[in-house]
Amino acid sequence: MAENSWLTEFPAMDRTDLLAIRKTLDSGFRDFSRSYGDAIESFFDPLLNLLVLIEQLLIQSPWWVIILAVAGLSFAASRSIKLTIGVIVAFMLIGYFGMWDNAMRTMGIITVSTLLSITIGVPIGILMSSSNRAQSIVTPILDIMQTMPAFVYLIPVVMLLGIGKVPGVIAVVIYAIPPVIRLTNLGIRLVDKEVLEAATAYGANRMQRLWGVQLPLAMPTIMAGINQTIMMALAMVVIASMIGVKGLGQPVLKSITNQYFTMGLFNGLAIVALAIIFDRVSQAYAKRSQKHLQGIQND
Amino acid sequence: MTDPFIQVKGLYKIFGEDPESALPHIAEGKSKNEILAETGHTIGLKDINLTIEKGKLFVVMGLSGCGKSTLIRHFNRLIDPTKGQIIVDGVDVVQLSQKELESFRCHKISMVFQHFGLMPHRTVLENVAYGLAVQKVNKEIRYEKAHHWLETVGLKGYESLYPSQLSGGQQQRVGLARALCTDADILLMDEAFSALDPLIRSEMQDQLIELQEKLHKTIIFITHDLDEALRLGDRIAILKDGELVQEGAPEDILLNPVNDYVEAFVRDVNRARALTVETVMKPPVWRITANTIAEALSQMRKQPGDYGYYVNDDGYQGVITQEKLEAAAKKNGSGVICEKVIEELSPVSPDSLLESVLPETLDSEYPLPVVDEQGELCGELSRASLAKALVDTGGDESEESTGTRPST
Repeated sequence: MAENSWLTEFPAMDRTDLLAIRKTLDSGFRDFSRSYGDAIESFFDPLLNLLVLIEQLLIQSPWWVIILAVAGLSFAASRSIKLTIGVIVAFMLIGYFGMWDNAMRTMGIITVSTLLSITIGVPIGILMSSSNRAQSIVTPILDIMQTMPAFVYLIPVVMLLGIGKVPGVIAVVIYAIPPVIRLTNLGIRLVDKEVLEAATAYGANRMQRLWGVQLPLAMPTIMAGINQTIMMALAMVVIASMIGVKGLGQPVLKSITNQYFTMGLFNGLAIVALAIIFDRVSQAYAKRSQKHLQGIQND
Repeated sequence: MTDPFIQVKGLYKIFGEDPESALPHIAEGKSKNEILAETGHTIGLKDINLTIEKGKLFVVMGLSGCGKSTLIRHFNRLIDPTKGQIIVDGVDVVQLSQKELESFRCHKISMVFQHFGLMPHRTVLENVAYGLAVQKVNKEIRYEKAHHWLETVGLKGYESLYPSQLSGGQQQRVGLARALCTDADILLMDEAFSALDPLIRSEMQDQLIELQEKLHKTIIFITHDLDEALRLGDRIAILKDGELVQEGAPEDILLNPVNDYVEAFVRDVNRARALTVETVMKPPVWRITANTIAEALSQMRKQPGDYGYYVNDDGYQGVITQEKLEAAAKKNGSGVICEKVIEELSPVSPDSLLESVLPETLDSEYPLPVVDEQGELCGELSRASLAKALVDTGGDESEESTGTRPST
């Protein structure tokens, strides 16, 4: 019967072969992380320092300073009293329910992840928009990054860098960076061809076209991408807590394992509150700059 | 004015994967469609040769898809040619390096676009000054210049607005001001007025003509509208399927179309509005230059007609009829020609449009004298020649003419 078993069963690889492949890959990667792990870790030291700095700043400062700063920032971005009051109330509630420190840690990691995503993502998006070949290479990578379950790429990150803040940030960035890349590319590609042609016709070089025409006109779309990136970073916070990122994600993780319903709900709501604040403030800012671009001045 | 300012020599543009490979097919004389079917390449332009003189307004005309927008983009190399030369002021633009090309675009050539191509995130003033900003001209100087050109195009006071706050006509004025602001010699206008409604369009045409009288730029103007072409152009080139069909002065195109394609274009044109007196007038054969009535009468009798235009050292004076001369000769044959025998007949200018002289020509008993700015008699305009010019291709204007309408 062994001869025709391929008809009834899929002719899969021999179990020993598969094991061999897994062993080679695993041991290869383990060796790689053993020999280069320290070097890579020290490469990320500046990132860690920045992260610690921001987190300490947020936690060490008196709560009212933070609230004032956040309220001032959201007013500067949105010019809306209503939104600013909403932001203040949300932070008050988070603090009142005893989640202040965790909320600050989460804000810290979100801030760093977003900044990192923008500084890496926008240039990649620009590169993609200027070359069809770059676009055809980067797009499938982005597809993989967005569909690959987050847990899967947590494994190599943890093997390389261990548990802690930096691998957390890297995981968050991998998960959250695609929108900003995609929308930067899209925004630049959607810039009116005739306007770009006009710039070229007046002798503008590549850099002058990029900074003077393409980026400003693509800005509303890029802002939408940044907004999406922030949202995805917040969504990633719970999963990142599995590899030791402190913040609002950890109590959620704890309540899943221990079935603490209320604790999970409160911390979940706090994440939602932060998400809404980030979203509304960045949207309002984008909208305001967009209106200015189109010259419809109503303020 | 005689040496060519811009010369296009053997210009080809082929769109597709490997444009060079399609060139031999064109040389074999295959048609556009055959080449598309065989090689997948589209012919944009085929063997274009043009000469454009400095200070002239050169119109390139054709229907959409004929390659006129492709052609104009070759002059500042927004599109690179497949083969050929474009020589501007002695320099082959095709050979320029990227840096040289940028400098060429900055200083030598500027462009006005069909949909204006204004930057929505910059104010009107910043838009106009854009060309100078690219050249890194100091802010005060470039804004001063921009103010000047905005005033010239009649948009003073709009400096701080954004393009979206202006009407189409105003936006195109900004486009025009932007093009003039760099002081380039050459102005490319890609269907610049096509997106505007008819009234604004003719206003803009007037403005362009007025500006051109002062500035004498070399303008290459693209349009699909023959009326516009005839109105603006010193020379007109007609393109069809990427090929140059006819090139010449507006009257040439109108009166001597080379083939059916051009004729089809020309048929719908309002000739009365497109042709000037100069193009249809006949040389004045019956000219009286004598001093006395007797001499005048003898001059008159040598001529077949019974009237003549009296011309003395001061130029054209009026019309004299044989009848009056004979009457005057009976009284005093050696008398000097005086105002009594001269009938007043107001002359027309050679530059006026047929439309504007139509009523006078029809009312007048005699052909109208055509007198230039110096007062010299340079021709005559009869009802017959007017009618002939208007109905040449069986246009609709014939009912306005006299009874000389050919039976159709």
